[in-house]
Amino acid sequence: MAHGPATLADGWVKYASRWIFTTNHKDIGTLYLWFSFAMFILGGAFAMIIRAELFQPGMQLIEPEFFNQMTTMHGLVMVFGAIMPAFVGLANWLIPMMIGAPDMALPRMNNLSFWILPFAFAILVATLFMEGGGPNFGWTFYAPLSTTYAPDTVNYFIFGVHIMGASSIMGSINIIATVMNMRAPGMTYMKMPLFVWTWLITAFLLVAVMPVLAGAVTMMLMDINFGTSFFDAAGGGDPVLFQHVFWFFGHPEVYIIILPAFGVVSQIIPTFSRKPLFGYSSMVYATASIAFMSFIVWAHHMFTVGMPIAGELYFMYATMLIAVPTGVKVFNWITTMYKGALTYETPMLFSIAFVILFTFGGFTGLMLSIAAADMQYHDTYFVVAHFHYVMVAGAVFSGTAAVYYWLPKWCGKMYDETMGKVQFWIAFIGFNIAFMPQHFLGLAGMPRRYADYGLQFADWNMVSSIGAFMYGAAQILFLFNVIRTITHGKPVNDPQVWEGAEGLEWTVDTPAPYHTFEKPPEVK
Amino acid sequence: MSTEDSYYVPEQSKLPIIAATGMGTIAFGAASWVIDGGSPYIFLGGLLIMVLVMYKWWSIVIDENMRGLANQQLKRSYVLGMLWFIFSEVMFFAVFFGALFYVRVFVNSWLGGEAAVGWFDDSPTDAAAANNEILWPGYQAEWPVMVTPDQAANGDAAQFKGPEQNMNFPGWANLFSWLPLWNTVVLMTSSVTVHIAHTALKNDNRKKFNTWLGITVALGIFFLFLQAEEYIHAYQHMGLTLETGIYGTTFFLLTGFHGAHVTLGTCMLLIQWLRGLKGHFSHDDQFGFEAASWYWHFVDVVWVGLFIFVYVLA
Repeated sequence: MAHGPATLADGWVKYASRWIFTTNHKDIGTLYLWFSFAMFILGGAFAMIIRAELFQPGMQLIEPEFFNQMTTMHGLVMVFGAIMPAFVGLANWLIPMMIGAPDMALPRMNNLSFWILPFAFAILVATLFMEGGGPNFGWTFYAPLSTTYAPDTVNYFIFGVHIMGASSIMGSINIIATVMNMRAPGMTYMKMPLFVWTWLITAFLLVAVMPVLAGAVTMMLMDINFGTSFFDAAGGGDPVLFQHVFWFFGHPEVYIIILPAFGVVSQIIPTFSRKPLFGYSSMVYATASIAFMSFIVWAHHMFTVGMPIAGELYFMYATMLIAVPTGVKVFNWITTMYKGALTYETPMLFSIAFVILFTFGGFTGLMLSIAAADMQYHDTYFVVAHFHYVMVAGAVFSGTAAVYYWLPKWCGKMYDETMGKVQFWIAFIGFNIAFMPQHFLGLAGMPRRYADYGLQFADWNMVSSIGAFMYGAAQILFLFNVIRTITHGKPVNDPQVWEGAEGLEWTVDTPAPYHTFEKPPEVK
Repeated sequence: MSTEDSYYVPEQSKLPIIAATGMGTIAFGAASWVIDGGSPYIFLGGLLIMVLVMYKWWSIVIDENMRGLANQQLKRSYVLGMLWFIFSEVMFFAVFFGALFYVRVFVNSWLGGEAAVGWFDDSPTDAAAANNEILWPGYQAEWPVMVTPDQAANGDAAQFKGPEQNMNFPGWANLFSWLPLWNTVVLMTSSVTVHIAHTALKNDNRKKFNTWLGITVALGIFFLFLQAEEYIHAYQHMGLTLETGIYGTTFFLLTGFHGAHVTLGTCMLLIQWLRGLKGHFSHDDQFGFEAASWYWHFVDVVWVGLFIFVYVLA
């Protein structure tokens, strides 16, 4: 611990071994963030292929079989490779600094959690080049499409998901142990920054549902290779069982993705409003309520599968109930801004866009929760539009905001504000051009996951593709801006960085030293 | 670098990347193995890497503890880590129990054209009735499923044929030849013996600790032996295999994963026993043993669930 981290000046062997063998939460956070960005670009490339094919009706560029692999891999890579590791990276960087801890609770396991991911995704992506092609059954991998009718490579997918899950479980156990055990004296639970709170609850969700995912793929493995009949009615099982198990994992999973995003936005909006967060404790309770309810609403993804009417009604009402704590959050963010001294730096722009677009995505979610109406919406582009509003404009926008917000603290350089704002407007406009028309397509009846479509859908699909290319271009600008900040950014030395920022991470030097809080600070 | 009041943050370590390589090799090897014509060697290579890494990793942790690097706060981190790991295991078993309940309560009735749960679904829906009449004519809902829907509809041409016998309670006359009962006795006893060992260790009675922990390990191995006997009997004499429809599926998956966890728990306890013989642990520092014993109590509780829902209430 005495010496600083190896730099390129120490030779590339030492420099590489620093990253491979590291136990430092900041190094591991950086690894997670770069890995997730690489996956974001890869998953984005898959999306570009999808949108290019859908630019016009008819098959132009790729085979339908490959199209299916693209939709599947886009979903898997974005959810498990881009968004989740991005927030774990932020958690690694920020939680120890926010609660005044010297590092994560279990630093070596922390390194292991990260380094499993490149192996898992290498295995997953490698299937694209294998005989039979990659997974082609959608990211929700419903049986029997993913069992009876799947290519052999599905086995690589299954074991890839297994080790990915192990990574997530270890990562979240680490976060729980850190938050519960490593807080500085005086840092009581109700003084923790909201980002820490949302991550604590997210980590709990992860430990609870990642094993469920492991169970689902294990049942698939057994059905495919060992003659069991979990998902086969001929033997007394039921394909619908798969959907229940999957969504018991899958619904908490979507909150795993969005809760840390709530945390990020709850840090940024007060800073640039120069007011403390409105309703801190109600935010904490709302987060916990959302997490609890995420376990009891899963079958709203399955309204059209043929459930008893009592089940349909229960899952409909329970789902609608989630709008209440979510509404509390949106209310608090808006009230934090009310009569604040607002300035509109890039992180704030992304956060405000988050509040607006996430709320919009929440409302379409409310529409989808109406069981009777869902008969029409189910598996159409309306659903695609809905979850991209919460996944992209929700999770990805807040992740982008987080990078801009904390980047000066991480590397001691200020990003280019103009370039940041240009990126924001291209991303914001491109995103809405890409996904708003998909609502119309869905309401008009265009099914999701189709490689070709009827002529009546042609216009909006072309518009949507143009927006998607715009949004993709904005990410290249993002990458360029971040790299340029690291190499050529204007140095920042003020620990505070942002005028209105509060929290322990703004009390340490800028850039943050390799080790912080080796002696815990006193929190009053 | 660590003192009593500062948290020990380890230096760089080569172990995690080797462990990650091992896990990647296991995943890749297992997938290529189960695909037709695959060989197990890559998988076994990965397993070997993992075993070596785990040995080395825990040796280092034990060594750090003996050198006094682990303060009370770090020990709490280990406790939290173990407890949440066990919680994740609980959720893993919850999936398979959930599948069992779902199949028994809903699927089985619907396949038989019946209503599932009387209090909100008291007459069979048209869909359930049609399901039975059109897809699986002749299927009668029963548990255990001895005649699969496939068999009821297609007779000898069926892909899934039910078992000849099941593992149910064989009647009071055969009570003492009923293996699951003995398994229950063995595992419950082992939970008591591990507790006796724990109490002995807290009282610094090393000899008693070694003896009772040794007995616990022996009981664990005996349980696994009985379980293997039961499986052999099922395959050879009862016509009950993984491929005999949903009853065989749930039976073998639930008891099989439990058996795998008992194996793991027995290995954990065995290592703690060997450590005890080497003179590790003291009356107030025994986390390795405690963690293993918590795990052991956990597999014991799972077995009680299995005994009730897989064997007794069938």
